[in-house]
Amino acid sequence: MEKPLTQHIKNDNTWLSLKEYEKVGGYEGLRKALKLSPKEVTEIVKDSGLKGRGGAGFSTGTKWSFVPMGDDVPAPKYFIANADEMEPGSFKDRLLLEGNPHQLIEGMIIGAYAIQARYSYVFLRWAYHHAAKAISSAIQEAYEAGYLGQNIIGSEFHLNMSLHTSVGRYICGEETALLNALEGKRANPRTKPPFPVVSGLFGKPTVVNNVETLSNIPHILNKGAEWFKGLSKTDEGGTKLYGASGRVKKPGLWELPLGTSLRELLEVHAGGMQDGYKFKGVLPGGGSTDFLTEEHLDVAMDYASVGKVGSRMGTGTIIVLDDKTCPVAMVRNLEQFFAQESCGWCTPCREGLPWTAKILDAIEKGKGKMKDLDLLAFQTNYMAPGNTFCPLAPGAMEPLQSALKYFRADFEKHIHEHNCPWEQ
Amino acid sequence: MIAEKILSTGEIKEIQEVYKHFPVKSAACIEGLKIIQKNHRWVSDEAVKELAEILDMSPDAIDSVATYYSLIFRRPVGKHVVLLCNSVSCWIMGCEKIASSLKEKLAVGYGETTADNQFTLLTIPCLGTCDHAPAMIIGEDLHRDLTTDKLDGILNSYK
Repeated sequence: MEKPLTQHIKNDNTWLSLKEYEKVGGYEGLRKALKLSPKEVTEIVKDSGLKGRGGAGFSTGTKWSFVPMGDDVPAPKYFIANADEMEPGSFKDRLLLEGNPHQLIEGMIIGAYAIQARYSYVFLRWAYHHAAKAISSAIQEAYEAGYLGQNIIGSEFHLNMSLHTSVGRYICGEETALLNALEGKRANPRTKPPFPVVSGLFGKPTVVNNVETLSNIPHILNKGAEWFKGLSKTDEGGTKLYGASGRVKKPGLWELPLGTSLRELLEVHAGGMQDGYKFKGVLPGGGSTDFLTEEHLDVAMDYASVGKVGSRMGTGTIIVLDDKTCPVAMVRNLEQFFAQESCGWCTPCREGLPWTAKILDAIEKGKGKMKDLDLLAFQTNYMAPGNTFCPLAPGAMEPLQSALKYFRADFEKHIHEHNCPWEQ
Repeated sequence: MIAEKILSTGEIKEIQEVYKHFPVKSAACIEGLKIIQKNHRWVSDEAVKELAEILDMSPDAIDSVATYYSLIFRRPVGKHVVLLCNSVSCWIMGCEKIASSLKEKLAVGYGETTADNQFTLLTIPCLGTCDHAPAMIIGEDLHRDLTTDKLDGILNSYK
């Protein structure tokens, strides 16, 4: 089984230096890309079927193809790596940032070439201090070796790159919010359209891609779109970094063919549940995805298949709910997080999320009423996609609406017994 | 009497160096706040005013940015800020027990600073180390797989 993203990552908490990276084929993808036209590079990425690994699952090549090209388009253009990994339960980009920073940087240079960007930024969350050191050092090495700066490896292409470390706020992961943060402003999301590919950072065309997405790019250029498609178990190309947290025997992170089943993740790689705990449910791709239960375990973890059973693959890092953990309290924890992280810009999110969290708190404490369940159902519609300014609140409603569906009896028990059955 | 400036010449230069790389000075607002906080632990009203002058912004505009970001402190904090993850994976794995124990050991609640000014206790959303939950971060040090037994050792290492 091929593991292009992680096979060279070392176990000693150090990252691959430029020399080590070059020894295993590093920057060969860039050399190939620079011999092609920008349009040809975009076509290869499009053909590979690579979908955005940040959670939305949009075709990467298609995103690049929306950028205006030619001599009389707005300039400079920007290329940004979204390394603001803050989705609750997600810890996959950390490994790539800390273990193989050059792989990301090479992917960014190739992407920047494809859209003819002049400047690029790594937008990193504050808490990833080790990653900050890895990225800073790798950017410097890349400049010294001529992979960044003027006339990259003898070509006509120029690119500057720098690291921006953020200062908190989940919403910065949303790409237009990220752009505002990079401009030094409050990170409220922007209206779409215009999309960043047309009007992004400082009003110029900008591509924002996730770290895992970009780390795939050098390999796609090096080995081709067909090879990339072949890595996957389904028709969506590539491998995926999957992870598991919660009361499983071996929480961790694994690079596996895209489309590996949820059951295999849980039972084989995560080693099944800890002794004394039973499986009750799972959030398949971070805090803002719908719960799945026992009946869904055989679903293939790819974007289309998880969508078909009513959830989202999201970041592919599963959060496991066990039978000794109260599902109402778990959802309360999630909604308190989303309420805290709402930017406050649009009313449904600013008012609806704290309201939701308060109702859940009342139910968890045994003070809930049956009509509160209708209120919660109302919230899931009130904050449904299309009713809010950005995807934060609709994402927040996903674990709630599915918990109401699969764990309704547990909600009712709290209300009827006037306490939390797990607290007795 | 002229009030003493908060920002040193070195800090002002560092901030000017940042905005040189952007089309507008205000783009250095967040970096400026970070530079101030790195040296003073927190960002005072006076520092906000001085940064506003450097970046040709109003103090209110600076403050609207400063108060938006959870890791810019607009109130004094202790020498070490203890940020305990309270997001879902850490919650499943028992971060509430860790929180109670930390509050007891430090004799503070969330948002408070110990009497000796050594520690400020706060929560932080998901630290991205969920396979080693529960976790917290102090300064640049990530502490993972926390148990209440480990806390004395960790806290003592900062004294």
